[in-house]
Amino acid sequence: MEYLPEMRLYHPATVEEAIKLHAAAPSGRYLAGGSDLLVNIRRGIETPDNLVYLNGIAEMHAITDAPGQISIGAAVNLRDLAESNLLREHFSAVTQAAGDVAGPSHREYGTLGGNLCLDTRCVFYNQSEWWRAANNYCLKYRGDICHVAPGGKKCFAAFSGDVAPALLLFDAEVELAGPDGRRRIALAALYRNDGMDHLTLGKGEILVAVHVPKNPIPITTGYAKSRVRGSIDFPLAGVAVRMGLQDEKIADLRIGLTGVSPLPFLVRGLDKFIGRKPDDSCLEEMRDVVRGQAKAMKTTLTPPHYRRRVAGALAQKLAETIF
Amino acid sequence: MKTTLSLTVNGINRDDVVPDNMLLVDYLREKAGLTGTKIGCDGGECGACTVLINDRPRHACLTLAATCQNAKVETVDGLSRDGRLTAIQRGFHEKLGAQCGFCTPGMIMASEALLRRNPDPSEADIRAALAANICRCTGYVKIIEAVQFAARELSA
Repeated sequence: MEYLPEMRLYHPATVEEAIKLHAAAPSGRYLAGGSDLLVNIRRGIETPDNLVYLNGIAEMHAITDAPGQISIGAAVNLRDLAESNLLREHFSAVTQAAGDVAGPSHREYGTLGGNLCLDTRCVFYNQSEWWRAANNYCLKYRGDICHVAPGGKKCFAAFSGDVAPALLLFDAEVELAGPDGRRRIALAALYRNDGMDHLTLGKGEILVAVHVPKNPIPITTGYAKSRVRGSIDFPLAGVAVRMGLQDEKIADLRIGLTGVSPLPFLVRGLDKFIGRKPDDSCLEEMRDVVRGQAKAMKTTLTPPHYRRRVAGALAQKLAETIF
Repeated sequence: MKTTLSLTVNGINRDDVVPDNMLLVDYLREKAGLTGTKIGCDGGECGACTVLINDRPRHACLTLAATCQNAKVETVDGLSRDGRLTAIQRGFHEKLGAQCGFCTPGMIMASEALLRRNPDPSEADIRAALAANICRCTGYVKIIEAVQFAARELSA
């Protein structure tokens, strides 16, 4: 058991104040729920000397229902997200994914913003200091070798947030606030394919809110994940599916993946299924497309080939059951 | 750096000066002397440190004490009054819900949170509410019976 290092904690009341406090702190981090950041600090992976606590900012706790879109504050906790009837009505995959994050006590304080900005994870990285030291550290932190792909210069630590792939189904946008003001970008543009530096957030930028456009026609969506402990765990693979039928033929199809690469992403090349009947052969073909793009690496104790196969199988099962 | 923390712990108002890096579980055990809350793992994986903050179950080992300003914190130490056990404590006693007992404070607080929200939970509700709490002894069957016992006691 390690005590936390010396740190200073700030309690801003507004986003602007938080950004100023962060700018004044040499190695500061924003803290919301803390279910992941505090673990990483205790394990010595993160070493901030200042923490700027975001949960006191009222603006970041609101869920707002506007005519064309719903806005969700980044500090909304995952339980409230999972239990929101408004969100379930429009974006059921999002509420399912939020309800599948970790266990019930984590969801009481883990936040939407924290889940979207979750650090990438790897079995060689999320370990105690002595474990990592005994293993000569790794590319992601303090070391110069990647134990997942020795010889490579790329980090494969996997993004393991559950909510992001579900939000990708709906063209969600994120509102960021930083020292240079506010900007709005597509959620997909928040991520890059680099386990060491997977977020495109600028220095001092905060994810303030997520804006999700409502779909003009109702669409059916769902989320499912595979994990080691069924009750509480990060995804070995997480799959969000959005599917719409017209005259019993597929008219709309999107699949989001998480846990299998350094970023969450939408599966490419699904256009060929539009206009087809979702029969067994069609869904098996779709499963194989998902499996081909779920390029899981050796970042968990569970072997990569299982995670690739289970990603495809979950997509197939979801497509079969969400109707 | 330090923060002056005002909160209630088990119904008693407290004002303490706490270091910014102090975890709630260390505050409860070391400053408030309430050692009922246990420290099991170092990463929110076991649930032994579960306490109620404003009636909701939270991990005291992943909560900074200084973020609990004006909060209502409840631990297992504060449940019984004048030596009388509460329904959920009697349930764990009657149904042998505790074996080694290390996970029990967290189990009891997570169950307490469930029963406050849902006085008549189904077995599935109980399993879902205790999903973040690990027990290595009981196999969970006795714990679920303990919560069911408490629910029956409360409705009687």
